[in-house]
Parts: sequence; C-alpha cells; structure tokens
Amino acid sequence: MSVTAPPARRAGSSGKGIRRGEAAAGWLFTAPALIILGVFLLVPVLMALWVSFSDWSGRGSPLSSDVSFVGLDNYAAVTTGGGLAERDFGISLRNNAWYVLLVVPLQTALSLVLALLVNRAILRGRGFFRTAFYFPSVTSSVAITVLWLFLFSTSGVVNDVLSWIGINGPNWFNDPSGVIHNALASFGIQSGPETLTANSFLGLSFWDWLAGPSVAMSAFIFMAIFTTSGTFMLLFLAGLQNVSPDIQEAAMIDGANAWQRFWYVTLPQLRPVVFTVVTLGLIGCWQVFDQIYTGTQGAPGKTTLTPAFLSYQSAFISQQWGEGAAIAFILFVIIVAFTVLQRWVLRERKVSRRRIRQYQVNPAIVASSSAEAGR
Amino acid sequence: MARHHIRTAVGAGALGVVAALTLSACGSGFSDGGGTADGELTSSEDGITVLIGSSGDAETTAVEEAVAAWSADSGIEASVQVANDLAQQLSQGFAAGTPADLFYLSTDAIAGFAANGSLQAYGDMLANKDDFYPSLVENFTVDDTFYCAPKDFSTLALIINTAMWEEAGLTDADIPTTWEELDAVAAQLTTADHVGLAFGAEYQRIGTFMAQAGGGLVEDGQAVADSPENVEALDYVKGHLDDGTFAYAADIGTGWGGEAFGTQKAAMVIEGNWITGAMSNDYPDVDYVVAQLPAGPGGQGTLQFTNCWGMAADSPNQQAALSLVEYLTSTEQQLAFSAAFGPMPSIQSAADQWRSDNPELVAFLDGADYAQFPPNQQGASDVIADFNAQLEGLSSGDSQTILDSVQSNLEATLG
Repeated sequence: MSVTAPPARRAGSSGKGIRRGEAAAGWLFTAPALIILGVFLLVPVLMALWVSFSDWSGRGSPLSSDVSFVGLDNYAAVTTGGGLAERDFGISLRNNAWYVLLVVPLQTALSLVLALLVNRAILRGRGFFRTAFYFPSVTSSVAITVLWLFLFSTSGVVNDVLSWIGINGPNWFNDPSGVIHNALASFGIQSGPETLTANSFLGLSFWDWLAGPSVAMSAFIFMAIFTTSGTFMLLFLAGLQNVSPDIQEAAMIDGANAWQRFWYVTLPQLRPVVFTVVTLGLIGCWQVFDQIYTGTQGAPGKTTLTPAFLSYQSAFISQQWGEGAAIAFILFVIIVAFTVLQRWVLRERKVSRRRIRQYQVNPAIVASSSAEAGR
Repeated sequence: MARHHIRTAVGAGALGVVAALTLSACGSGFSDGGGTADGELTSSEDGITVLIGSSGDAETTAVEEAVAAWSADSGIEASVQVANDLAQQLSQGFAAGTPADLFYLSTDAIAGFAANGSLQAYGDMLANKDDFYPSLVENFTVDDTFYCAPKDFSTLALIINTAMWEEAGLTDADIPTTWEELDAVAAQLTTADHVGLAFGAEYQRIGTFMAQAGGGLVEDGQAVADSPENVEALDYVKGHLDDGTFAYAADIGTGWGGEAFGTQKAAMVIEGNWITGAMSNDYPDVDYVVAQLPAGPGGQGTLQFTNCWGMAADSPNQQAALSLVEYLTSTEQQLAFSAAFGPMPSIQSAADQWRSDNPELVAFLDGADYAQFPPNQQGASDVIADFNAQLEGLSSGDSQTILDSVQSNLEATLG
C-alpha cells in the first residue's frame, strides 16, 4: 500500500478543480458586510479624523477645497488652550473617570455574583431569576433614564424609602456637589490643601479632580450598574458552564473549601470572560452618552458632562466641529490605552517560584513513602 | 505566502473600491456654495420647507395653518416640519447642503451659523423692516448685518399667586416696585409650605437682577461681567437664597419656575410669557397676576428672549421664502400666533391691539422698553452655560469669584 500525502492546496494555483473560484465566491459573500461596514463605519471614521485636523465649519462637504488642514490646533484647543474648551474637557474627563472607576469594578463584581447565584443547581426558579436579572439590559436606556429621573426626584421613591430609615435624601439630579468633597466636609474639611488647589490639570485644580462623582452622577452610576450587570451576568454564566465539574470535584477531594474552589479554581478559568467583561465595561463606560442626552444634558453644574456628550455639544450646538471630532479621537485613544493596559494586567503569567514551591513534593518524603510501598 | 499576498491585495482593492464609491456618492450629496455672495436672493420653482422647534400642538397647528394659507395665496408649495432636536437637524442640513429654507433660529445659534456662511442675511430687504422693535433687530445683527426677522418675543415678569398674596394680607398697592419692597413681600409670603420667590438657577433668570442693579454681561461689545453692579446683584440673590425667602426651582423639587408656581411651592416666580400656556394647560386652578419686575439700584431691568426666521444660504428659492417671512411677521398673523401660543408680536404696529387683547399681560410688553438680551456672540452661549453651572452653587460660592471667571471666559470669547 502506498501512502501519498494529500496535495497541498494553494490559493495561487486555483485554476482548476472543484475549488476553482472559491476565493472569488468568498469575497462575493463577504462583500455586503464589507461594503456596509466601509460605508457606515470606516469612511465616516476617516472623515471624522480629517475633520479633527481641519478647520471645517459645518457647512458643505468637509472634503471641499475651502477646508484646510490646521494640524493639531483642535487638539491643542481642548488640551492646552487655557480657555473654556479646555476646562470643559477637563471637567468631562474628571466626571467620566470617576464613573468608570466606580461602574466597571462594581458591575463586574455584581454580575459575577449574580452568575454564581443563578448557576447553582439547587436554586429554585433559576429561569425566573435569570430573566429578572437580564431584564434591565433589554430595556431601552432612554426608558430607564426617564424612570430613573422619577425615582430619584426630590420627592421620589428613593428619597421616600430613605426617609423610612431617617435619612433625608439628597436632591439627586440637582446636586452638583462631589461625594468625596461631601464626605470630607462632614469631617470639617471644606477646602483642600494649597498644593491641591493651586495646581491644576486641564483647567481644573487637583482638588476639583478629587471631588468624586457628583450626587447626580452617582445616580447615573447606580443606573449603569443596574442595567448592565444582567448582560455581563450572561457572559459569566456561559463561562461558568464551561468550567468542568470534574475539576471542582478534584478540588473538593483535595480538601478545598468553597471559597478556595472559587478563588483558586473557578476564577482563574474565567480569566477570558473577565477580560471580555472588563473590556466591554470600559468601552461602554467611557462612551456614556444617551443617559446624559436624555437625562441631564450635563447639568447640574456640568458634573454629568462626559467627553462623548461634550463632543456632540461642541459640534452640533457650538459649531466647533474640529474640537468635537478631536474630543472623540482623544476618547478613542483613552479607550485603546485602557484596553491595552488591562490586557497586560490580565495576561497569563508564568507561575512564580514561590507558587511552584507550594506544589513541589519534598523528595525525601517521596523516597520514604515509596520505600514503604515497596515493603 | 502567495495566498496571503493575494488575499491582502484583493482585500485592499475591495476596500479601495468601497471607499472610492462611497466618497463619490457622498460628494454628489454635498453641494458646495449655493447662496449668492452679493446678497441677491435666489429664485426658482422649488417649494419651501419650514423647520420649526415647536412648543406643542397649538404652535404646530398655528404655524401649519399660516404657512398653508400663504401657500394657497402664492401658489408656491410649502410644508412645515417639526424638529425634535432643532440645533442638530439644522447642523445636519447645513453640512449636507440641503437645509430647510426657513427655520426657527435662536440668538444662541445665529453667530455660529452666520460665521460659517450657512445663513442668508435678508433683514434689510424686509418690507416691514422698520416696524420691528429696535432691540430685537439688534438681537439678530451680527457684524453690523441684520440677518433675519424676529418672529416674536417674550420678556420676564413677576408672576404672583393671588390666593397666597391675599392670605398674607397684601393688596394691589403692595406689588413691589423696588428691591426693598420685594424683600418685604418675599419675607411675608414665605411659609413652611412655600417660598416667597422662586426662579431657575440660571443667568436667564438671575440676569434680571443684574440688569436692575445696572449691570449686564456685554456692553458695546466689551465684557463687563465683573462689574460692581453685577456683584451687588448676585450678593442680593445669595443673601435671600440663604435666608430662605428666595429659592431655586430645583431646590424645591421642581423642574422650572412654572412648575414651582403651578404646584404652589412658590408664591412668586420670575418667568416669561410661556408660563401662561403652562398655567392654563397644567394648573388651571391657580390664579395669578403678572407684574413688572421691581426696579433695583440701577432702575428697571428684565431680559427678553426671541427667535427669528432664519433663511438658508443654500435655499434655492429665497425670494419666495422672503415673501413667506413677510407674511408670517405681518401684524395680523403675529396677533393670531400670539393668541394661539402666547409670545408677543415682534412689531410695534401690533402693540396696541395686543394690549387691548391681553390686558392682564401688559406687564410683559412694558418690559420691552428696558429689556436686556443675552449676548449673541459666537461662543457666548458656552460662557453662559458655564456661568449657569456656577450659579447653581451660588449659595455656597462667592459672587466676585464667579463673575471673575465669567469675565475671563467672555473676554476670551469676544476676542
């Protein structure tokens, strides 16, 4: 019997045979998607990139001959201009940074907890809870924002409930004070030390950077956690169902308790899911727009202004199209930077020496025990 | 690898074709230019599109009927579109080169659109040009060019709850004409259930106090925000926010002054003509009177707000649009609009008729004699937005510091 290796298929020699024209067919089938993505995604993005380097004023085509290249002027106006544009950008970054800092870890933790709960085989009515937790995610964010405005109004349900336990609730969506400043004020600290108030970054003093999210922004933070945890719960649930029960069983036989099984066995296997959830969370949080647009439009005191909304406002309301596009691309860079950073943080590390030692078996014991076995 | 290379080549080629197709397609959609630079109006057989930002059904119906009547009269097709986000829809139209022919245009937006050449200035061509109130004409004058016809206007006045007024033992003679009298009645009207005077935390209300103190934001093109008069005005407001006789609408759990007044959380509010519509629709049981705002150390002062009928530079039929504007701003038509949805006619020839039609609202029209208007320079609306953000923290802030920052922002904007 002679064994012949199957001939290697090469796209370059696709002149004959049943696979002739395969590549062309492939392109034909992907063409609709490519064209749609190109027309509605790639080209607009490239045009926006051009606008961010141009002096386009919002009338006629940005590619026409009377629009000229102005280099980094638009980027300079929002980062080093020293005017209102820079300050607004600084404020929006401050607001959004606090939003991200609170929403991403909390929603990741909450969605993981929810997934662990509904993944337990003994839980009654699992289907019901899964649906209930997922429900906010399928509701339009506009509808939820309107609901939130009612719930968190001065005389709304939330403040009513707080009053039952003797708390005089804040004037949520009208309170521009930062929660960290408020906390410090309750210890009698009304203004920051000279080093923080005298120096500033992007037109905002460091003391103001540390104000924390405003009370109004906090309401949006609750809302983001409430609405997105369901979606991410679903991702974690899918991940959990891929974790083989054999490994759990093996860990149990080794004497691991529930917490150790979760922390040393389950969670490391969920690493790709955690990466996905944190990445999606970061992107979504840095781009927060519709809640702001329908809810507060940046009020009170600009403390719910976000870069995405500021970009819209600069372009469409103030007719500063270049600055608006520049803000959008700075936001893009921020998101990419954060994604790369957390990819690095969540990378697969080599097991450290110290950790290896924990698993190493002492040769002396092995020798003696095998000697015993040999007897 | 050969296979890899071919793929890349085909991929790049396909993307290139897509990009080229798209760009050429876009190119035909964007038409450059259009408006004539020398001020001649275009003329064609094209119909007219009117884009409005409506306050409600009453306004939409009134404008639709008026435009339909003009259309039947002139034989030129005309349609009305109601924008749900006027600024955005206007911007889109201008960028695409296919804007509406006529549209509502606010004093905030005029400088930006005038600067990029989107607007056709037609003010000086209006047959009824001299009939408009001069201060309204000034509102829509950018770089000494009168751009567009004011469509109507509103001023701010003091709205007083009659029942609470009588309950506090006050009479018509007590209607405040000075800040001292305002102090007194506000204190008398403040109870556990309601405050004396409420208004929104914004320059568009608090600016009346600045005007009454003799201040303002811009004078002869120069920023004057940090003047001692303005400081005095903010200190006055701050003092009363602190003693509880004045309150911001938001701080008593309402969205704006009209809601604070309608829900009886405030005995008096500073609001404009639009409050009459809200009161009859939402709070028909609350009786009120409209009085002029009291005079401060600098005399009487209020603010006026207006929109104009903007005309697109890219409109193919500007002559027809001009004739439609003249129709819509005629005495008869403005009185009809006023009856339908509230604002005051922008022309002086309609004033007497309006006074006799609306005897209880004349305080609004009286305000036109001494009203200031928010600065209309490009970028000024951003400065005012920032000012408003700081005014929300007025009771814990410092008037001078706030006004200093407004001054530096305004100076940067006015250049």
